[in-house]
Amino acid sequence: MTALLYILAALVILLALGWLARFVGQKATGNKPLFRDMPLAVAFGYVLGAAIVIAGIWYYFQPVTTEQGTPDAGVTFFHWAVHGFILAAIAAFLFRLLGRHVGTAGSKKLFRHMPLTAAFGILVIILYAFTAIFAGVLAPYGQEEVFAQVNALPGGDASVGGNPDHPLGTDQIGRDLMSRLIYGAQNTVGIAFATTLIAFLLGGSLGFLAATIQGWLDQVLSRVVDVLMAIPSLIFALLLMTIASAWAGSQQWLLTVYMVVIIAVIDSTRVFRLARAVGMNIVVMDYIEAAKLRGEGLGYLIFREILPNATAPLLAEFGLRFCFVFLTIAALSFLGVGIQPPLADWGTMVRDLAQFINFAAFSPLTAALPIMAAGAIALLTVAVNFVVDWMLQKSSGLKE
Amino acid sequence: MNAVLKIILQRLALGVLTLFIVSIVIFLAVNMLPGDFAEAILGQGATPEAVAAIRRDLGLDQPLVVRYWDWLSGVLQGDLGNSFAQANFSAFVGSESGGNAGVAQQIAPRFANTMFLAGVTACIAVPLAVGLGVLAALYRNSAFDKAANVFTLSSISSPEFFLAYVLILFLAVLNPMLPSLSNIYPDMGIAERLQKTLLPALTLTLVVTAHMMRMTRAAIINLLASPYIEMARLKGVKPLRIITHHALPNALAPIINVIALNLAYLITGVVVVEVVFVYPGIGQLFVDSVKIRDIPVVQACCLIFAAAYILLNLLADILSILSNPRLRHKR
Repeated sequence: MTALLYILAALVILLALGWLARFVGQKATGNKPLFRDMPLAVAFGYVLGAAIVIAGIWYYFQPVTTEQGTPDAGVTFFHWAVHGFILAAIAAFLFRLLGRHVGTAGSKKLFRHMPLTAAFGILVIILYAFTAIFAGVLAPYGQEEVFAQVNALPGGDASVGGNPDHPLGTDQIGRDLMSRLIYGAQNTVGIAFATTLIAFLLGGSLGFLAATIQGWLDQVLSRVVDVLMAIPSLIFALLLMTIASAWAGSQQWLLTVYMVVIIAVIDSTRVFRLARAVGMNIVVMDYIEAAKLRGEGLGYLIFREILPNATAPLLAEFGLRFCFVFLTIAALSFLGVGIQPPLADWGTMVRDLAQFINFAAFSPLTAALPIMAAGAIALLTVAVNFVVDWMLQKSSGLKE
Repeated sequence: MNAVLKIILQRLALGVLTLFIVSIVIFLAVNMLPGDFAEAILGQGATPEAVAAIRRDLGLDQPLVVRYWDWLSGVLQGDLGNSFAQANFSAFVGSESGGNAGVAQQIAPRFANTMFLAGVTACIAVPLAVGLGVLAALYRNSAFDKAANVFTLSSISSPEFFLAYVLILFLAVLNPMLPSLSNIYPDMGIAERLQKTLLPALTLTLVVTAHMMRMTRAAIINLLASPYIEMARLKGVKPLRIITHHALPNALAPIINVIALNLAYLITGVVVVEVVFVYPGIGQLFVDSVKIRDIPVVQACCLIFAAAYILLNLLADILSILSNPRLRHKR
């Protein structure tokens, strides 16, 4: 309660400071339009922003250890966050610079008007793809390999219960966490990607089919999709997973396959909607009419006439759909009904490591383990969203 | 006014029809189970007589249509069937077979808890999101707008449990201000209850606010391009007044729509968040029942979630019709 009062008092003081800053600015610049027309709210915003930045800088230079000699976890996390942010910004900047000077004329032009967020997104996607493909080479151990030392602390310091062989420690049954984190890229991202592909093949082809043939087929498919979309997707997935777990019995890997099929079908309804809408706009074009009069078949119409003209919106949708699928799979795994062990997967890891968060005051790195696994999921979806946001903005030609 | 009434009645009828069809889908999905409930309850060592007895008890020997009708009429009267786990338990203890193991009794208090959580979230998120959305539209392309864009995009695309654990780390572990476990009892004071609900509510707020704010911003910016706004600007009206007096009344329909849609989204987000914070709501019950394959509970929870989702979407539809004069008066 007192904390709230302090915050309130600080805000009032900042408001006064904002008024003062505007007043000083008006006097000092001889009533320049910038200061003359500035509303009080904007002045307050500037002062608030400055206060936050100053507080951040002050906090950054606090000592990393407390008086008792234990690490100050808050400051440590803040350091990691600031360093991570700066490193990411530099990496994105360098990557954009590289893109502007290397490659074909088309790709150079693409990079010239790219915002930093989009460059960062592309860089992260490339890194994830690299990790996923070469997980077997990058990971120090196998994902199912069990070692003698269980619950080794991360950091590799043998005096406090770590092990130099396992830089991020081991889990409850002695599997190397770093290897599992790396293999997680292969399993989680790979399965999500495959699921999205199936959803697109299914939803896309049915959507185009409905748009081209129309009539009763369109009616039936659209009504079925309407019904399936009326149930929230995560809820529906959980319901179907209950049934799938009964079908799979004791064969765990079968459950993962069922999950891929279930999520692909649920998400294909969303793809169907878009593909049908885009297709409907294309089939009324004159060139489709011409192709029909030429006597072209259904396959030619869909693959040679409609598909090339629908690539741009479908590509953006693919990115967004991948995020949804990825998040759904992660959520299911987190809830314990998604990707099944022994496959390493980030959602399951978050659930298994969640208790470590309570050790933040003693060992910040240990507490960071569940955040790392969850952050690995978040980072990829954020990256894809940055890229899709930029693509949509570019294709819609929005300047404002 | 007659035309509006007609449109609304149409939508209502459509909503009820959707709900009916969804209930059929849920019922059919559950009936795709291999073997049947009786074998699932009794396990492998079941004698044929016991299986037959339970089958008769649960009415599994009836044809599909009859069972569906029984289930639906039960649901309409507030009887959601008997939970397997509870039935098992009472049979084990030796009490009268599944006498008071109703799913409805199990769900009712949890449903109230979930509604409380959603209500607290909405109270924080809606004013925050609309306010920030208006600000972002007002100062679009400024540093504030760009920072808000990056921040909201990140928080939309992060999984709920990531945000939840980050909040736990900072607000419960490092600075012990709020409890990280939301164990709520029925006879709890409102202040204590609020304190325990705050952390899950904040997590949901982060996700939902980002969505709502982006949509509010888009809706207002869309309007700002229209000629009558240009006219007001040329007349010399102040920017804030343009937004509050000229843009907001017309943006109300899309904003109401956005709020209702996001409350519907809340329904799904609540599942993961409740599990993270061990909040005794309907989402946690749902996940637990999925794990132990307690079919009647899964069925009932699924129906409740779907119904809430459909009703909120319906509400969004109707409210946006009511608040938009151009939808009311057809040209």
